[in-house]
Amino acid sequence: MIIRIMSEGQYEVDGEILDRIKILDEHLMAAIEQDDEAGFNQAFHEVVGLVRSGSVLEHHQLTESDLILPASDTTLVEAKKLFSEHPIE
Amino acid sequence: MGLMSRVSTIFKSKVSNVLDKAEDPRETLEYSYQKQVEQLQNVRRGVAEVVTSKKRIELQLNRMEQNAQQYDQDARDAVKADRDDLAQQALNSKQAIVSQMDGLKNQIADLAREEQRLVDLQHKLTAKVEAFRTQKEVIKAQYSAAQAQVKIGEAFSGLGEDMADVNMAVQRAQDKTQALQARAQAIDELSVTMALDSPIASTGDAVRDELNRIKAQTGASDELARLKLEMAKEDNPS
Repeated sequence: MIIRIMSEGQYEVDGEILDRIKILDEHLMAAIEQDDEAGFNQAFHEVVGLVRSGSVLEHHQLTESDLILPASDTTLVEAKKLFSEHPIE
Repeated sequence: MGLMSRVSTIFKSKVSNVLDKAEDPRETLEYSYQKQVEQLQNVRRGVAEVVTSKKRIELQLNRMEQNAQQYDQDARDAVKADRDDLAQQALNSKQAIVSQMDGLKNQIADLAREEQRLVDLQHKLTAKVEAFRTQKEVIKAQYSAAQAQVKIGEAFSGLGEDMADVNMAVQRAQDKTQALQARAQAIDELSVTMALDSPIASTGDAVRDELNRIKAQTGASDELARLKLEMAKEDNPS
């Protein structure tokens, strides 16, 4: 699967790492709903690390991502703002 | 739904805004390439704006630094005139400015990192637009209209994502810059119009305000003692 970290680049991640990312991804959403900043930061940091452990896509490759992660220094406040500006119907 | 899927959904709606997909691929290839080059120019402008704003904040900081120095000089003059009360007031004002400036300096450092990131992204995007240009030639030469549609679709989505990414990064940097600018301006105005007897901005909490006042006064008293020592040394260099 191709995952983009915004402001950074794209990585190809598969297998067990991808499974771990998906679990943490759910934690992130829960942390946002519960306004749990420490939980968010920890899970986010872990996800970023896992995605970066995948293989980097070269700059000249033009590939659509399957999943997109906000920039690595995104705060809980910014994440909440992003979702409030673009509610999912 | 997890965070990443939601971000992807939000993001992809932006991508389709960035690049309209071509109806007839080969006819619109050149047009879309031009549009990409245009986008790239917008990004360059965005980066330049962030740089300009940062410079403006730095100038403001310089001005505040001068104000602080002026208060310091006032305090020295007051000590010479044997007016410790005035010296204390001047040093109170200086302390207030200096403490505000420290916060600003951190934010300017943050902005410098943001600027570097934008420049990196801009380089990456330039490489991607160049890659699209090459692919476009290959597509034109090798594929039938139907195949070209698919190939272009892929290249479009990939590049569109990068463009939307850079656009959002520019937006983020601009938001940060604006917030910082507003704050610098407020502090700057405060340092000009500051009432001498209450140079500490209210936090809205009476106890905290009082504690901050005590802290600032202690700081100013220490500074006054230090200043006097310094002036004594200047007068009698041993």
